[in-house]
Amino acid sequence: MSEAARPVVTARHDDAGIAARIEGSAIGDTIYRWMTTGFALCIPVLLLFIALEVGAAAWPAIKAFGFGFLTSSDWDPPHAVFGAAPAIYGTIVSSIIALIIATPLALGVAIFLSEFAPAWLRQPMAFFVDLLAAIPSVVYGLWGIFVLQPLLREHVMPFLSGLPLIGQSGLFEGPAYGPSMLGAGLILAIMVLPYISAVSREVLMAVPRSQREAALALGATKWEMIADAVVPYARSGIIGGIILGLGRALGETMAVTMLIGNVHKISASLFAPGYTMASLIANEFAEATGDLHLSALMAVGGVLFIVTLIVNALARWLVWRVSREARA
Amino acid sequence: MTLPTPPRAPVPPPRPAARSIRSSGVQRAAAERTRTTIARRRVVNVVMVGITFVAAIVATLPLLFILGHLLKAGASSINLDFFTEIPKPPGESGGGMANAMAGTLVLIVTASLFGLPVGIGAGLYLAENRGTLIANGVRFLSDVLNGLPSIVMGIFAWQFLVRPMGKFTALAGGIALGAMMIPLVTRTTEEMIRIVPVSLREAALALGYSRWRTSLVVVLRTALPGIVTGALVAVSRIAGETAPLLFTVLGNQFWSLSLREPIAALPLQIFIFAISPYDQQHSLAWAGALVLIGIVLVISLAARFATRSRFGRGGD
Repeated sequence: MSEAARPVVTARHDDAGIAARIEGSAIGDTIYRWMTTGFALCIPVLLLFIALEVGAAAWPAIKAFGFGFLTSSDWDPPHAVFGAAPAIYGTIVSSIIALIIATPLALGVAIFLSEFAPAWLRQPMAFFVDLLAAIPSVVYGLWGIFVLQPLLREHVMPFLSGLPLIGQSGLFEGPAYGPSMLGAGLILAIMVLPYISAVSREVLMAVPRSQREAALALGATKWEMIADAVVPYARSGIIGGIILGLGRALGETMAVTMLIGNVHKISASLFAPGYTMASLIANEFAEATGDLHLSALMAVGGVLFIVTLIVNALARWLVWRVSREARA
Repeated sequence: MTLPTPPRAPVPPPRPAARSIRSSGVQRAAAERTRTTIARRRVVNVVMVGITFVAAIVATLPLLFILGHLLKAGASSINLDFFTEIPKPPGESGGGMANAMAGTLVLIVTASLFGLPVGIGAGLYLAENRGTLIANGVRFLSDVLNGLPSIVMGIFAWQFLVRPMGKFTALAGGIALGAMMIPLVTRTTEEMIRIVPVSLREAALALGYSRWRTSLVVVLRTALPGIVTGALVAVSRIAGETAPLLFTVLGNQFWSLSLREPIAALPLQIFIFAISPYDQQHSLAWAGALVLIGIVLVISLAARFATRSRFGRGGD
């Protein structure tokens, strides 16, 4: 800018200067373009690298066990036999428990905050719920071990197994030790709740005003407006949020490792300890005995990678569909 | 949650019905029906307000429980030693987490040096090349990277950095954390640059600024508070990460700030103490958790205020 104010010395000199500056800016633009493109391409390259490195490291185990790796329950490092079925089962069950508990709560929060809450309550309460996402996983684990687990063992588990019909269903059987699928699922529910509620709130708020006004003008109560006009409009976005929460739950490591008990066994009872893919890696990787053990753990990581990739892509697509409709 | 849709069509409009109370019995019955329907619908409405309110309260309870217990258990075991000493051998009383806090700081700085430039650069690219095939692809993959479980990042860093070098290093952990920052920083940078008015960019170009100077000096600077927020949010997220550190930095019971050696980290140390059998270490874990939460919350709050001062309202 200071150059513009500088007095013109001679016409020819200035022409040359301008020409040089234009030349320079063209080079600068080119460098800038290449640099930002390079940074942007770091992301696909990084993902590709992760896939290749993990895939290559997992290859010996894939070759040795094939598809049976996913269905076999034998995990026997001394004899170099590995099957990830208990970990896969545990990952799915703990995530389902988490979603069953977290989804209604998160939807309730999202609807309350986006539709019913008075303006002064909206921001602070949303901040509070969002803060749940800021608590580190290891702190959840610590709280889970010393507060949630005793609470489950002494109060919740006896209560559940004493319930008339549900208690006999086989889900709540056996001794209540503490480390259990139930505990892991519960802590996961608290951890994914902020993700589901944040996405749901966002898509609910993206529903056009006209949609609400039309419902109200037809004489609907506020709730009827929400149930008949707002939620159906945002449905696929809300489902996207739930699936995003699922993605978080599937890959969550520390808190689950600290609570699930880490046992290679498929048990029907939620009181029994289990394993998840992430906690299996966290627990055994550092003490892996031999190359095939390491490779098997890498294969578990690879499965986790692929599953979360599919789940996240699905979630993003669903959320994107709502926001595109809202814009159109 | 689904509610039986009230029969709207057959119900006559209330006003004529109300007027006809004196006339025919049929109309009186209709009016009665309308009134009870409306009453029922109002009750349902109030009940649903109540249910969602209760859900909101229940959802905030865990946070209060966790923070409350953390304050109670952590505050009693925090003292000056905690901030100045390294951990004592198990069984001995006293000791602190000074080395772990310093280690976390080293890791955060390393991660930021790697994650911030890449993230901001990629964000600039995405904002300035909207709608192109590459930009859409990169944006999608950045979301995928954001959803990648941190433990997978951990084993990747082990395979990629620790295995070839033959030892656990702070550098490997810092890079794993930096890679986790990238998608977050990319997305916030893109969003913040998008809300910079186009007129500003056009004005700079019209004054003869070259494109790269316009982008870096005018646009990026205008969007800076928002980008700082994004960076802080990313830092607060990785500050508490444990899983990517398990097989990269390994942890260290002694003082070390070198990038080429195993290093201690606050979340890692909390994990190790939490699963140990000693009460003394448990209380250190609580103190560590309190400090860690404190760090994370302070950074999160700073992030909120950085945005607020610029754009008038909190950017979520």
